[in-house]
Amino acid sequence: MATVLTLISVISAGALAYVNKQTAPAIQEVKNKQLSDGIKAVLGADEVVVQKTDTLHDEVKGDAIVYYTDKGTALQTTDAKGFGGKLTVLVGLGEGGKILGYEVMETSETPGLGAKADKWFQKDGKGNIIGKTGGTLKVTKDGGEVDAITASTITSRAFLRAVNDAANRLSGTMPAEESSINNTKN
Amino acid sequence: MSALKIITNGIVKENPTFVLLLGMCPTLGTTSSALNGMSMGLATMAVLICSNFIISLIRDLVPNAVRIPSFVVVIASLVTVLQMLIKAYAPDLDKSLGLFIPLIVVNCIILGRAEAFAAKNSPLDSIYDGLGIGIGFTLALTLLGAIRELLGTGKVFDLTLFPESYGALVFVLAPGAFIALGYLIAIVNKLKK
Amino acid sequence: MAYILIFITAIFVNNVVLSQFLGICPFLGVSKKVETAAGMGAAVAFVLTLSTLVTYLIQTQVLIPFHLEYLQTIAFILVIAALVQMVEIILKKVSPALYQALGVFLPLITTNCCILGVAILVAEGTYDHTGIESAGLLTGVWYALCTALGFGLALIIFAGIREQLSLMDIPKGMQGMSIALVTAGLLAMAFMGFSGVNNGLARLFELQ
Repeated sequence: MATVLTLISVISAGALAYVNKQTAPAIQEVKNKQLSDGIKAVLGADEVVVQKTDTLHDEVKGDAIVYYTDKGTALQTTDAKGFGGKLTVLVGLGEGGKILGYEVMETSETPGLGAKADKWFQKDGKGNIIGKTGGTLKVTKDGGEVDAITASTITSRAFLRAVNDAANRLSGTMPAEESSINNTKN
Repeated sequence: MSALKIITNGIVKENPTFVLLLGMCPTLGTTSSALNGMSMGLATMAVLICSNFIISLIRDLVPNAVRIPSFVVVIASLVTVLQMLIKAYAPDLDKSLGLFIPLIVVNCIILGRAEAFAAKNSPLDSIYDGLGIGIGFTLALTLLGAIRELLGTGKVFDLTLFPESYGALVFVLAPGAFIALGYLIAIVNKLKK
Repeated sequence: MAYILIFITAIFVNNVVLSQFLGICPFLGVSKKVETAAGMGAAVAFVLTLSTLVTYLIQTQVLIPFHLEYLQTIAFILVIAALVQMVEIILKKVSPALYQALGVFLPLITTNCCILGVAILVAEGTYDHTGIESAGLLTGVWYALCTALGFGLALIIFAGIREQLSLMDIPKGMQGMSIALVTAGLLAMAFMGFSGVNNGLARLFELQ
C-alpha cells in the first residue's frame, strides 16, 4: 500500500524534474525577452544596448532596477498601493527626466478598470504622459494635469507615483552639475 | 456506451458548471473576460483528459486505502507540468490566470471525475469523458466570461459591441460574477423544464 | 500596527471568498445553517493556519535551498491532505456531533482552494495587499489566520441570510443555487464598500 504511493510519488517527482529541466531555459528566455522588449518599447528604439544594470535600494519604496543604455535610461519601480496590490512599471527616461515611454510589467488591478493603465497613459491614450517630465505628475483630481483612468483613481495615483519615483531616483543618482544644466535648458 | 454519448453527456447532461455545480472558484475568478474564461477552460480540460487517462490506467494497481492520495499526486504532477509549459510557451496566459493555474489541483471537477468515472472505466472511455466534461466546462466559462465582458465593458473577445461608457462595471468586478452566474443557472433551470 | 492593518485588510477589504474567489465550494455548499457554517469556519481556520506554517517552512527550508521549487504544488497539497486527515481523526474523538454535522465536507477541506491558494501566496510572498514589505513567517501565518477569519465571517453571514431565505417564497427557476449566488453577489457588493480602507489606515498608522 505504502509502496504504491511511494512509487507513484517517485515517478511523478522524476517526471517533473525532467520537464523542469526541459522548460527551464525556455522560461528564462521568455523572461529575458519580456525585459528586453520592454526596454526597447519604453525607450522607443529598435536596437538598444544595455551598458550597465544597477539596483537602487530604498527602505520605504523598495528596490528599483535601473538599466543604463545608449538610448536613455529605463527604470523598473513598484508602487505597493494600487487598487489590487502591487503595480510594477518600467519607465524609459531621456534627458532631464523626460518620459520616453512606459510599460506595465506586473499588475493585479481589476480587469477592465485599473488594468487599462497599459494603454491609458500612452501617447494616443486619454491620460498621455509621454514627453512630460516625471517627478511631480499628479492626476487632475489632486491638482495635476494628467487625466485619471475613468473610475480608477487609485490605480492612476499608484501608477503616477511609480513613474515619479523612477524619475526622482534617476535625478538623485545624477551628478548635481548635470541636473543643473538640464534645469537651465528648460 | 459510445464515444459520442460519453462526450455529449459531459457537455449537456452532466455539465460541470450548470448541472453538477463543481469548480466554482475558477468559474467565478477567471471569467472577467471571454478570453480568460476560455483559456482557463482549456487549461482545465488538458489536465482533465490526461488525469482521467492516467488514473484509468493505474486504477487496478492502486489499493483502495491510498486511492485518493495517489490520484492527488498524479493530478498535482500534471498541473505542475502544465504550469511550466504555460510559463515557457504562453507567458501572457500565465499573467492573466496567475494563481488559478496551480489551483487547478484542487478543482473538484478533476478529482470528482477521477473518482466517479476514470476509476471505473477503460482508459479510452475516460479520455472521452475528460473531453466531454472539459468542453462543457470551457463552454460554460467562455459563456460566463463573454456575458460579464459584454455587460461590463461592451466588448466580447475585444470586439466592441456598444460603447464602453454604457457598460455596468460591476459585472467585471466580484459581485457581478456571482450575480451573472446566478441568473445563468436560473435560465438553464428554466430551459431544462 | 502592521498586524492590525493585515487583520482588517484580510477580513474586510480583500475578503478571501467575496473578492478573491477562493473557497467558493464550501461557501456555497455548507452555508444552509449557521451552526454548520461556524463549525466549517473553525475547521478551515485551524487547517489554514497550520498548513501555512508548515508549507512556509517547507518552502524556505527545503524547496528553495535544494532548488526544488517545481515540487511546490505536490508538496503543499500532500501536507494539506495529511493535516485534514489529522483534524478529521481529532474531531471524531473530541466532538462526534460536529463530526456528523460537517460530514462529507470535512475531507473536502483538502480541495478547498483557499487553503492551497493562501499557502502558495504566503510561500511566494505575494499575498501582500497592504503595502507593507512583509514576507516573514509571523506575518504570513497571521495573514493566514486573518484570511480564515474572513472566510468564517463571510460563511456565517451568508448562512444567516440563507436561513431567512429558506422561509421566503422564491420564484421556481431561481430556487436553490441561483438565488444563493445572487445573494452572494449582493454580499460581495456590500464588502466592496470597504475597498480603500486599507490605504487610509496605512496612512493613519504612518506605514506609507
